[in-house]
Amino acid sequence: MKINLKIQRFNPETDTEPRFQEYSVEIDPNARLLDALMQVKRFQDGSLGFRKSCAHGVCGSDAMRINGKDGLACKTLVKDLATGDGDTITVEPLRYLPVQRDLIVDQSDFFRKYRLIKPYLINDDPVEAGERIQSQEERMVFDDTTNCILCASCYSACPVLGENTAFLGPAAISQAYRFLADTRDQGFAERQPALDDPDGVWPCQNHFKCTKACPRSILITKRINQVKRMLDKAREAESE
Amino acid sequence: MIHQFDTVIVGSGGSGLYAALEASQRSRTAVVSKLYPIRSHTGAAQGGISAALGNTEEDKPEWHAFDTVKGGDYLVDQGAANILAEEAVQAVYDLENRGLPFNRTPEGRIDQRRFGGHTRNFGEAPVRRACYAADRTGHMILQTLYQQCIKNDVAFFDEFQVVDLAMNGDSCQGVVAVELATGEVHIFAAKAVLFATGGFGRMFKVTSNAYANTGDGPAVCARRGIPLEDMEFFQFHPTGIMGLGILITEAVRGEGGILRNRDGERFMERYSPTLLDLAPRDIVARSMLTEVRAGKGIRGDRKIDDYLHLDATHLGKEVLLAKLPDITSFCNTYLGIDPAETPIPVLPTAHYAMGGIPTDVYGRVVRDGQDTVVPGLYAAGECACVSVHGANRLGTNSLLDLVVFGRRAGQHIGDYVKQADAPQLSEAAADPAREWMARLTEGTSEHHGGHISDEMQTVMMEKVGIYRNAADMQTAVDAMQQLRERYRAVRIQDTGKQFNTDLLELIELGNLLDLSLITAASAANRTESRGAHSREDFPERDDDQWLKHTLAYLEGDTVRIDYKPVDTSIWEPKPRTY
Repeated sequence: MKINLKIQRFNPETDTEPRFQEYSVEIDPNARLLDALMQVKRFQDGSLGFRKSCAHGVCGSDAMRINGKDGLACKTLVKDLATGDGDTITVEPLRYLPVQRDLIVDQSDFFRKYRLIKPYLINDDPVEAGERIQSQEERMVFDDTTNCILCASCYSACPVLGENTAFLGPAAISQAYRFLADTRDQGFAERQPALDDPDGVWPCQNHFKCTKACPRSILITKRINQVKRMLDKAREAESE
Repeated sequence: MIHQFDTVIVGSGGSGLYAALEASQRSRTAVVSKLYPIRSHTGAAQGGISAALGNTEEDKPEWHAFDTVKGGDYLVDQGAANILAEEAVQAVYDLENRGLPFNRTPEGRIDQRRFGGHTRNFGEAPVRRACYAADRTGHMILQTLYQQCIKNDVAFFDEFQVVDLAMNGDSCQGVVAVELATGEVHIFAAKAVLFATGGFGRMFKVTSNAYANTGDGPAVCARRGIPLEDMEFFQFHPTGIMGLGILITEAVRGEGGILRNRDGERFMERYSPTLLDLAPRDIVARSMLTEVRAGKGIRGDRKIDDYLHLDATHLGKEVLLAKLPDITSFCNTYLGIDPAETPIPVLPTAHYAMGGIPTDVYGRVVRDGQDTVVPGLYAAGECACVSVHGANRLGTNSLLDLVVFGRRAGQHIGDYVKQADAPQLSEAAADPAREWMARLTEGTSEHHGGHISDEMQTVMMEKVGIYRNAADMQTAVDAMQQLRERYRAVRIQDTGKQFNTDLLELIELGNLLDLSLITAASAANRTESRGAHSREDFPERDDDQWLKHTLAYLEGDTVRIDYKPVDTSIWEPKPRTY
């Protein structure tokens, strides 16, 4: 199948504004969008900039906006974007993060927010024998959130971030849930200030865009609401 | 720009992060990585990490060590295998204590499952030794270690591509790297450098490896006169998704999945009567290719891309969902099938380098057959060769290797840097790297790297693949020499400084070409069959001649071969049957 790739380009050394450039690519409909991008890069235009690594949806490098939706180029097949010869696929960088070059965005803010929620197990109790005990049921409570590959698709999909760039964002909150819901963790008090903040969990308005965008099927909106309830409960307990 | 650290760790996968956790507690440590840390390929490991915890049935580290030695066709250094198996138990507990969400037994302990070549009582029957977190064990290890690095405030230099070592005579004084965001060359002066750059499966056409797996550490070492060990041993994982090479974990077979040919026959019964589908990977991959060549592939046309079926339909949706959710999703995304209902079309995929930078059990790089240490230089993980995998690695032992030897290297570095002098480097340390990059950027060329890369991968896949012979391997050696010549004429198209990924990819291609040549030359030299190195013209293992490690030195356009003895101090080599 012959498709047109309409790709947003931006080179800070020569461009003042982003622009679109089109490439014609002959590609198997079953191929990944990443395969099409690689064809451009390796045989047409070596200057095209994008991140990539695992090429099967587990490393989180190639998140971008694909026909207006956020997702991974390696987990999106050409046939799901184009139906026939001459169809155009539009590719843009993720939103709400500064574009460094073409499809490459500066993820510093995304990772700064991730670090704010202290994304590590907090528990200073000595372990008596080998492993801590946890039932499979307890583990499954937060199972989906451990899928997160920090690709920032949810971040770009979130309408709230469009209005308030200080918002903590879906990934950081779902990763806070990953630890708060872990029976081995004792870090609620340490994470509370970042979460129970006007720019913490509260700006979320349940648009569900993050959940729909997540390439790892995490129920992000649900997890955000669960964190909200945990914070409410803690406030109630404090006021009693 | 010149940075001064005690310790510089190159690479941020499992072994790099574990070493960083250890080294950063006792020395000024920087992690320099071309990827964001959580993008590393450790995160793609699926099935598990082995340790003789004995949580679900009796198990012993001694059995684990023996399986590792036998699985590696006796080319494993046995003392190192013992360390691997013994330290595995505490390593897994440490990961759990640091938050890794393992699957659990009904008693709430770490659950364990079967994996290829792991047996009870020296080969009697499969044993449950692989600790796992669904089928994303590597992802969870990478996440847990990264989380701990955040907790411990480890310093990261993200998206810096290392292009050279700074050496003073025989000792290492630091590394030279390009900052991707700016194109600037940085010199990291350090008392100790650890390479943890991962594998180089991208030299093959069909691979489970990431684009980033281009062997940057080994290639830099090779160009600096350090030999590479046992490069002829490259593992083809039996079950890659046909055509794409995406890994389908061995845990599918560990949970009861079965390989079938076009007649629906469980053909592994004929090749490995005891372990069946859970025989070591080299044996299963060869068996599959033999079936295809006999016209027993699913299409039956005997062509190289004919395939077989991995049947998981009898496992049930629940088991797949709880224990193998990611591969279920891969099958759905890339093949449009549900493995609970349809067998998965599979073919072996280039997966893991048993060989690499030679080290001792403390991660110290050695430069010859007498184990002479290169002061200040360390390596761990897939880029290194301890050797705990010998001629064929067992499934789950790679994640274990990262954790055990990443930690050991980090600890040794912590001691070493205390007594080592801080090197003084000037900008001149980066001159060779600057010259190389200037050559890649000046002028224009008609060649594009993409075609050279394609040819390299095709030749390596066809001539230095699962079955090998003298003529094919010589063809590959010649082809790599020609491709390296053509590579010298290639120029990048991107003239920018910031995020010049064109330059990055040409550097990576240069690394892969060097490693492909070394691999092909090492393979052509070894006139026996052992583990993953399987020769049609020399089908038998030959312990009299070849019970020794290869050391390959890159010298200009040729490869010089030397050898290193194998530690067989515990178990006498025996015929390898399963």
